[in-house]
Amino acid sequence: MKFNISVPCEKSNLQRIRAFILDVLKEQRLSDVEVHSMVLAVDEVCANLMIHSNNCSPDHSIDVEVLIKAKNKIIFDIIDKGRGFDIRKYPEPDIKEIIKSKKKGGVGLMLVKRIMDDIDFIHKENYNIVRLTKNLQPSG
Amino acid sequence: MVQIDTIKENDITTLSINGEVDASSSIQLDESLGAVVSNGDQKILVGCEGLNYISSAGLGVFMSYIEDINAKNLKMALYGLNDKVMNVFEILGLDQLLTIVKTKEEALSRVNEV
Repeated sequence: MKFNISVPCEKSNLQRIRAFILDVLKEQRLSDVEVHSMVLAVDEVCANLMIHSNNCSPDHSIDVEVLIKAKNKIIFDIIDKGRGFDIRKYPEPDIKEIIKSKKKGGVGLMLVKRIMDDIDFIHKENYNIVRLTKNLQPSG
Repeated sequence: MVQIDTIKENDITTLSINGEVDASSSIQLDESLGAVVSNGDQKILVGCEGLNYISSAGLGVFMSYIEDINAKNLKMALYGLNDKVMNVFEILGLDQLLTIVKTKEEALSRVNEV
């Protein structure tokens, strides 16, 4: 099954993306905490792309596709046409260093890495895909 | 969308967070917490019973004040987090770096510790 949404690159639209992911995932037999963590991971990637790759421009859009494969795998494709950056090359910062620096950001992609099982960056001719994969534990 | 109320009772300042703190709304948390910390309020409670969602932008706000809170010898305790929100703090181990308890009573006793 495949689901998708497209929104302009404004941070106020993050809420719409979260509601969409929640809607798609609530049909699956997953715990609230599990669903919430996947919503968070997608939100983090979208926020990053909106801010850093698209300068929060409402003329740019971001597409999110959710592909549910059988019962054991969910793939989230986050597609934009902004300045692509390979999220896999992002160095994991040290939490204590961030605290010391009083910086207010920098842990979003760390959350994504810890929540998802696989992160891919696919650069096409005129768009980029960040692909997040979550393997689900077989229930019962 | 988030609403943050700051209530001062005696020597206790309580920030009550209601709604969702994401990349779009974290600025409000930053303003509210920043005001309380720069004011030097000694005992800070953060009520999270109405906090439905927090992303890294919100975590970043809490992280950015840890140094100032320690330098000024202020005490801050978060309470009333639901399981989903608590899980976000735990993923990064922030539950070890911030004081997070279940109830307001526990939070009060933590900020009242000498």
